[in-house]
Amino acid sequence: MISYIYQLIKPKVISVKYKNIDVNNGKVIVRPEYMSICHADGRYYFGLRDAAILRKKLPMALIHECMGRVVYSPDDRFKVGEKVVMIPNAPGEEVSGEYENYRLDSVFSSSGADGFMRELVDLPAERLVSCDGIKPQVAAMTEFVTIPFHAADRFERAVQTGVGKIGIWGDGGLGYLTALVLKHKFPKAKICVIGMDETKLNMFSFVNETYLADKLPEGFRVDHAFECCGGNGSYYAIKQVIDTINPQGTLMLMGVTEDEVPIATRMVLERGLTLVGCSRSGRVDFENAVEFLRDKKALNRVERIISETVEINSIEDIYTSFEKDLVNPFKTVLKWNI
Amino acid sequence: MIYAAILAGGKGSRMGSTDVPKQFLELDGKPIIIHTIEKMLMCDRFEKVIIGINPDWKSYCEDLISKHIGDNDKIIVCAGGADRNGTLTNVIDVIDGINGIGDDDIIVTHDAVRPFVTKRIIEDNIDAALKYGACDTVVPATDTIVRSDDGEIISIIPERSRLYQGQTPQSFNIKLLTSSFDALTDEEKATLTDACKILVLKNHPVHLVNGEVLNFKITTISDYQLAKAMLVIK
Repeated sequence: MISYIYQLIKPKVISVKYKNIDVNNGKVIVRPEYMSICHADGRYYFGLRDAAILRKKLPMALIHECMGRVVYSPDDRFKVGEKVVMIPNAPGEEVSGEYENYRLDSVFSSSGADGFMRELVDLPAERLVSCDGIKPQVAAMTEFVTIPFHAADRFERAVQTGVGKIGIWGDGGLGYLTALVLKHKFPKAKICVIGMDETKLNMFSFVNETYLADKLPEGFRVDHAFECCGGNGSYYAIKQVIDTINPQGTLMLMGVTEDEVPIATRMVLERGLTLVGCSRSGRVDFENAVEFLRDKKALNRVERIISETVEINSIEDIYTSFEKDLVNPFKTVLKWNI
Repeated sequence: MIYAAILAGGKGSRMGSTDVPKQFLELDGKPIIIHTIEKMLMCDRFEKVIIGINPDWKSYCEDLISKHIGDNDKIIVCAGGADRNGTLTNVIDVIDGINGIGDDDIIVTHDAVRPFVTKRIIEDNIDAALKYGACDTVVPATDTIVRSDDGEIISIIPERSRLYQGQTPQSFNIKLLTSSFDALTDEEKATLTDACKILVLKNHPVHLVNGEVLNFKITTISDYQLAKAMLVIK
């Protein structure tokens, strides 16, 4: 069966590739229904990655945050019509103690392989998680929700002192979901969010405190920190974290930067800090995230970061959606009709 | 109920070294008709997928389905008729024999040699046929269409913005289609080139569904080469 794949062939240009899907390959076939744009997709789309990287990775279909409906299942693990979230990570060979998302031979859709901008997606059943009953626009963002679940798991293993007070640097979507997941995982923790935009900070109604980064109160301290800025903001966030974190605190690094970031390692050493890098997620995080989204209050809060839902009926609509995503404060969700 | 009809009634045409009907030519390791059937099977709204095939090639087609798809109780292979509408009539007779024809029953008819049809086009056809009773899949004409009545000089150049190229699927309320066909005169029946014209001749509106430029019909050796090339681009 021939399926359409909507590949980015160069910045701001998408073209269709046709691929023969072998229906008898034991995989489940899913029709994507809703997807959401990640900053990583935007960096490819607008050509903000290094030219050598773009040359190596393109052509490639974007999008790794996606839900769809099963249209074919080779066995009874999934039924036709069931709504599912797709796991973009194809794990490499299992290594004891290693998370699936850090294996050197793992392949990630929309980074090392085609993402989910496709007419139909064939995946092994173990790369799907049922999301029946969850509002599909929100289910589309499940992969994004898995990121703080994975980070929370790593934080739990790394933390040396009590959880106490956690500072989250970043008032965007990642900061918002990280605050939400940490509040869920560590209900007794005091969560404060440090950001640059007062309007965005007002969205964090469920945390204990919010601060503008340039107006931190005198003597402000946190026990641990999550850096959720990425880009140019990472440098300033990490610097402020190191200035305000208590000894032996844990700094979780979650924001993606294109440029290398100088870090005051002298202070890291002096304070005995632990820096933990976090990227992507694995199946267990998807299961936890879907379970989390089954709670109506949690779902309602996650839904609040959908800035806009764009109907995609043509390649032109894909172009429009990325332009809109540039100015949307939080997430752009795509209703995939093509 | 909603049915898919894959029309493959045509006989052999010389597109390769052998005289095999073009729907059986291989595309990336699989006959064209199998690609088309598989895409129809991805739509769970279909009660049955009925293939109307030239009687000489019926058992061959059944063998291919058995080999590439296996047992599937949704698939029925029936003998095609003398022409396209004859094949369609045979498919409708099969439906009538299984479940009878209900007032709201829909048939989505598709050329076997259009394997690049998308799930979106199929779903849009079903929705339009349910809503309006009849629909045709089209793409806007990109070339200027020139009409010549004598084949020598231009008679008229119609305004391109109002011209479309017809593709398939074409989808219908089955009762509407059969009653309209029965109401045609023999002269009108002789002018039929496709099923939508049955409705047009009886002044029943046929709604347009957006197709895809590359949902093309593989009819010539160049089409076949193009289809093969499209599947090897990395």
